[in-house]
Amino acid sequence: MLPILPLVIPLVTAVACLMAWGRRSVQRGLGVAGAAALLGAAIVLLRTVSRAGILVVQVGSWPAPFGITLVADLFSTIMVTVTGVIALAVAVYSLAAVDARREAFGYYPLLHLLLLGVCGAFLTGDLFNLYVWFEVMLIASFVLLALGGERPQLEGAIKYVTLNLMSSALFLAAVGVLYGTAGTLNMADLAVKLRTSAAPGLVTTLGVLFLVAFGVKAAIFPLFFWLPAAYHTPPVAVSALFAGLLTKVGVYVMIRVFTLLFVQDVGYTHRIILVVSGLTMVTGVLGAVAQNELRRVLSFHIISQIGYMILGLGLFTRPALAGSIFYIVHHIVVKTNLFLVSGAVHQLRGTFELKLLGGLYREAPALSILFLIPALSLAGMPPLSGFFAKLALARAGLDRGEYVIVATALGVGLLTLFSMTKIWAEAFWKPGGATGATGSGGEAWIVGPITALALITVILGLAGQPFFALAGRAADQLLDPSAYIRAVLVEPSQ
Amino acid sequence: METPLGLVIGGLYAVGLYLMLRRSIVKLLIGLAVLTNAANLLIFTAAGVTRGRPPLVPPGQAQLSSPYADPLPQAMILTAIVIGFGVLAFAVVLVHRVVQVVRSDDLDSMKTTDT
Repeated sequence: MLPILPLVIPLVTAVACLMAWGRRSVQRGLGVAGAAALLGAAIVLLRTVSRAGILVVQVGSWPAPFGITLVADLFSTIMVTVTGVIALAVAVYSLAAVDARREAFGYYPLLHLLLLGVCGAFLTGDLFNLYVWFEVMLIASFVLLALGGERPQLEGAIKYVTLNLMSSALFLAAVGVLYGTAGTLNMADLAVKLRTSAAPGLVTTLGVLFLVAFGVKAAIFPLFFWLPAAYHTPPVAVSALFAGLLTKVGVYVMIRVFTLLFVQDVGYTHRIILVVSGLTMVTGVLGAVAQNELRRVLSFHIISQIGYMILGLGLFTRPALAGSIFYIVHHIVVKTNLFLVSGAVHQLRGTFELKLLGGLYREAPALSILFLIPALSLAGMPPLSGFFAKLALARAGLDRGEYVIVATALGVGLLTLFSMTKIWAEAFWKPGGATGATGSGGEAWIVGPITALALITVILGLAGQPFFALAGRAADQLLDPSAYIRAVLVEPSQ
Repeated sequence: METPLGLVIGGLYAVGLYLMLRRSIVKLLIGLAVLTNAANLLIFTAAGVTRGRPPLVPPGQAQLSSPYADPLPQAMILTAIVIGFGVLAFAVVLVHRVVQVVRSDDLDSMKTTDT
């Protein structure tokens, strides 16, 4: 019953927080405890899955193609574990960074409902349930985004809500047509049925429809405009959570669906993904270079980094997929951390505008170093995790002879470094910039998670071998789905 | 039965998308609602429409006999309708709040963060 825990824990926490509606201090304690429990359960699950293989739970004991299936393979458990890490970091950070009004209007229950949706999307083995989990996640994120009701937030929320509902409608339509074609929505069952499908053309068309639907959620090339419009508006704890997790759920399902279901015409679909990944990288980083507001720069970087993640999917070889998985993990940690640092900067200076910032290195040297670690890691500097993630992808690309895309990826890395140096020079290095310090309070709650995440980045880089080995095994499972199919369809539930 | 349903779905998609392209956020909202329902109807049609054949086991038999309406897409649509309804309720409140704060329902006046 282990794979159910990452779903039960956030749900119970959310309900418990709702019951303690009037008592904020109880909610704060419950919020952190729930996140810690989620991380613990995820680590236990990861250990079990990496030893014993794929775990399957048939909810309600209905046999596979008929009931609801939860599948925990290596890729999904890795994602759940990173979710746990981010959940704990953000929950602790929220203690100091979320104002009392937002807490009074249900910040913590929503946070955990969001985590419920994310974990559900990672663990489900059924496309319609994926839709349901997506909606759980989206509704929680809608409210988190609009919570507080400031004007920029509401403007961002309108765009975010519209685009996400559009993509949900598209996803739902694609699910419907797929059901009409194959007569099942269980992913393992679909994988078997689509391989022997009578209409491969229709299946490829459906694949592209799914690509667009998930592409909106993952913010890939032509479909990303909602992200920089919305992500910089809510409080930093919320942006950090969104930046770390939400788009990556889109990337996760894209990888899942395009390794398990739509592999009939790899030359066509995965070529599209490869081209799109290049365009995503370039447009994202160019957008970031043009910005002058700290969180908008970081938002555009999310887009360009999504390109790297689906680059591995586009190449579709074992080292490429392993590189993608490692990249996703690295990126979630680093990007969340950068947003958390931007919040600490805001606490010191009261603004996110790079022009108004400055002199932070003199005033807060420790914070500056803590910014530098994830920033250099994002750009791909050698001893940090980002370097090895990029190296793995670049080597996989060279093996396939895709020189153009590798050159693009490396060039984009340089531009990323350029815009990170820009932030460093403007906000930290340049003298002056003593605008109204909004004071602090609860410094430890802010610096603690930032330090922990920076430490994870360093460990992922310096002692990356076991993580790479794990990512490699996860990629093996993705490329050879027979174990997945066998685990879901044949073996009895436990 | 499929052909008229297909025409209806196409019409709903067209109406929904047209409304979503207007500048008023109220029309955007109505467009979203129409689009969601078009998707529901699409599932219903794509999964096969069988008329007058409820999936009930006749008395004296152990299993269903062949032409029967598939109940699964209908269960899925039911879930989708409930979710769509919840999301729509949220969106109505959001639009209400936006109009209160921005004092306009024109999407063009919601660009202060797009610098």
